[in-house]
Amino acid sequence: MSSMRSLTFDAIIIGGGGSGLRAALELAKSGKKTAVLSKVFPTRSHTVSAQGGITCAIASADPNDDWRWHMYDTVKGGDYITDQEAAEYMCSEGPKAVFELEHMGLPFSRFDNGRIYQRPFGGQSKDFGKGGQAARTCAAADRTGHALLHTLYQNNLKNNTTFLNEWYAVDLVKNANGDVVGCIAMDIETGEVVHVKAKATVLATGGAGRIYASTTNALINTGDGIGMTLRAGFPMQDMEMWQFHPTGIYGAGVLVTEGCRGEGGYLVNKDGERFMERYAPNAKDLAGRDVVARSMVLEILEGRGCGENGDHVYLKLDHLGEDVLGKRLPGIVELSKTFAQVDPAKEPIPVVPTCHYMMGGIPTNVHGQAISQDADGNDQLVNGLFACGEAACVSVHGANRLGGNSLLDLVVFGRAAGMYIESALNEGVEYLEATDSDVEFAMSRINRWDESSGGESVPALKAELQDIMQNAFGVFRQEDNMQEGVKKLSELRERISNAHLGDKSRAFNTARVEALELDNLMEVAEATAISALERKESRGAHSRYDYPDRDDVNWLKHSLYFPVEKKLGKRDVNFTPKTVDTFEPKVRTY
Amino acid sequence: MSMLQVSVYRYNPETDSAPYMQEFQVDTQGRDLMVLNVLSMIKEQDSSMAYRRSCREGVCGSDGMNMNGKNGLACITPLSEVIKKGKLVLRPLPGLPVIRDLVVDMGVFYEQFERIQPYLQNDEPEPAIERLQSPEDRDKLDGLYECILCACCSTACPSFWWNPDKFVGPAGLLQAYRFLADSRDTATRERLADLEDPFSVFRCRGIMNCVAVCPKGLNPTRAIGKIREMLLANAT
Repeated sequence: MSSMRSLTFDAIIIGGGGSGLRAALELAKSGKKTAVLSKVFPTRSHTVSAQGGITCAIASADPNDDWRWHMYDTVKGGDYITDQEAAEYMCSEGPKAVFELEHMGLPFSRFDNGRIYQRPFGGQSKDFGKGGQAARTCAAADRTGHALLHTLYQNNLKNNTTFLNEWYAVDLVKNANGDVVGCIAMDIETGEVVHVKAKATVLATGGAGRIYASTTNALINTGDGIGMTLRAGFPMQDMEMWQFHPTGIYGAGVLVTEGCRGEGGYLVNKDGERFMERYAPNAKDLAGRDVVARSMVLEILEGRGCGENGDHVYLKLDHLGEDVLGKRLPGIVELSKTFAQVDPAKEPIPVVPTCHYMMGGIPTNVHGQAISQDADGNDQLVNGLFACGEAACVSVHGANRLGGNSLLDLVVFGRAAGMYIESALNEGVEYLEATDSDVEFAMSRINRWDESSGGESVPALKAELQDIMQNAFGVFRQEDNMQEGVKKLSELRERISNAHLGDKSRAFNTARVEALELDNLMEVAEATAISALERKESRGAHSRYDYPDRDDVNWLKHSLYFPVEKKLGKRDVNFTPKTVDTFEPKVRTY
Repeated sequence: MSMLQVSVYRYNPETDSAPYMQEFQVDTQGRDLMVLNVLSMIKEQDSSMAYRRSCREGVCGSDGMNMNGKNGLACITPLSEVIKKGKLVLRPLPGLPVIRDLVVDMGVFYEQFERIQPYLQNDEPEPAIERLQSPEDRDKLDGLYECILCACCSTACPSFWWNPDKFVGPAGLLQAYRFLADSRDTATRERLADLEDPFSVFRCRGIMNCVAVCPKGLNPTRAIGKIREMLLANAT
């Protein structure tokens, strides 16, 4: 133990995507000793793949736009398990956060009057659903995530943020009181394992779409922060809520932005019918993503799918013309040519609902503080642990996220976590130091892999996990399938705990990283499976054949998954916004 | 079975005194896979194979490498575009130190990027809303801001190979011009002053390898030309 090097910071931010970089920027400006620890160079993080935009009532497309309308859409979109206090905070603070990005240099597209360009996205309305479709998504063509991530990285350079790039966080370190006081991390280039001590540990590790065989997510999206938190014994919230994006490119899984439909594109079945008119007569192709994804699957199941196997539908864009495609959707033209061999100016793009986003995650308050529950079911803050971005469940997305709300979530809550940590550090927080045995405990997993001498290989086990999730926990779910899935996962966990790391070398050993990632995928998959099996209703993205209706009597609640007992509990949804009236649950139609 | 012969540059600093090429046979089943798919099939055969990858859709810039002699991104390069005589040869990006296999040390590349102060500078007070910018002024950033820092261009540039410490290189200069061209940036004079030595910009010999390899279709040579014009206009 004495041979292990340690690094000490006021705050360590794990993850260099949008939320991590936004939190880091806040702390770098404050002069606190902060570092961003990221397993990839920050601009390789998955935020870079976000396309369509950042939804926010900046009143550009519509000078009368109102953040309260955005909040209403967000709460309704989340099928009413969105925490209203959090949605209120995000939607009202949003404009400030977006203008900050613009001041930092983000190259937003523009309207003729010089203001930021905004396009319509799914689930958006004016006047609390009564005023028709809104255009509220601020865009930099269809490369908004790229523009946002690079802008944040650039401004972190400007403010001299410390980066530990290509470092991999292995596990959290807890002290004797159960406070989180840092982590174990590996410098990937050298293989050196280091004890990182911090008064605040921020998990900004993003999503975990790689638990599914077909996903829009980057290969790095393996839920590392979720795995670390579950192994540390803390609960996860709403893990059954996974968004399947309506338009992943058939076969490749690559995302095609909802902005395509925002700009006037629409979906057709094999008869050329614009079928969304049947499922969502008002919003049509711009209904909530869960609604559109389900409609697509029903079209396919009922024999109206396209292609030889009738297993996808078409996204039609050719009527938009080359000008709009070139100006507003240039990235999509590129991606469809590369991954579907289709020029969208001439032919429709074959698409299918594809795993896209994890609404659930580490439960937090609006300051990013992680939450656990005491024996009586009361919220209990976890000292030293913070989360923001997709890894967190604050919860602004509830049971279904609206398009463009993820980028807003990143910057608003990344900033909020940074501000809170700064003030907490100013007030002075001190936790008990971790002992050698605390650190040794956090080392046990990486030691296990390094000492493995036989067993199954990582890629094969990963593929099996992804198939189980794809088959039993997809767009539509049912009891017997899920029970079978949970059982298979439990067997798989046993096999993974005996799996083999063949390459034990030190320098840039990506096999070791992939082995450590597999443990995290396993944690996320099991939390998802058990939560999905136990939530006996249909709400938002969680759709069950056996419980087709929403059950507000029993399930107008967050689910809370406890990893030690592998049991599902419940947590109250917040219905008390500070400045507006509560949005009461209503039947959700588009 | 349709076996593809792949020859890959291997080097592990812990065990190899020198790099070598290793041959693999990959069964593509006749599919026109992306080079990245082929690499992941190779890694299933030999888990010690090291390469970077993330988004697998050409936007994160992780998997720049040299494929049959040309730099590009493995994830958006289909075999049909790159195969010569039935064979695929994969090497790390040229000119940078190799850490392991296809993973290069990009330190000097990032240093040149940081050198041009790659962030908007504006000394006027921030308005309560966004700074206004006309669509025409915004159009001037197209073809510049899309850079993904994959280093395909700079590592294909002979001038960068010779003077990686003094010549900013095509990627860094493209970003330098991205801020010079931004109507919201007020540091034009300082930015130009920082570039007017004989090396930073003027080591570009117009070879245009950067343009030939950019996986995003960007044109650093044109941007460098614009900077030269601004430097010359500034000098007179």
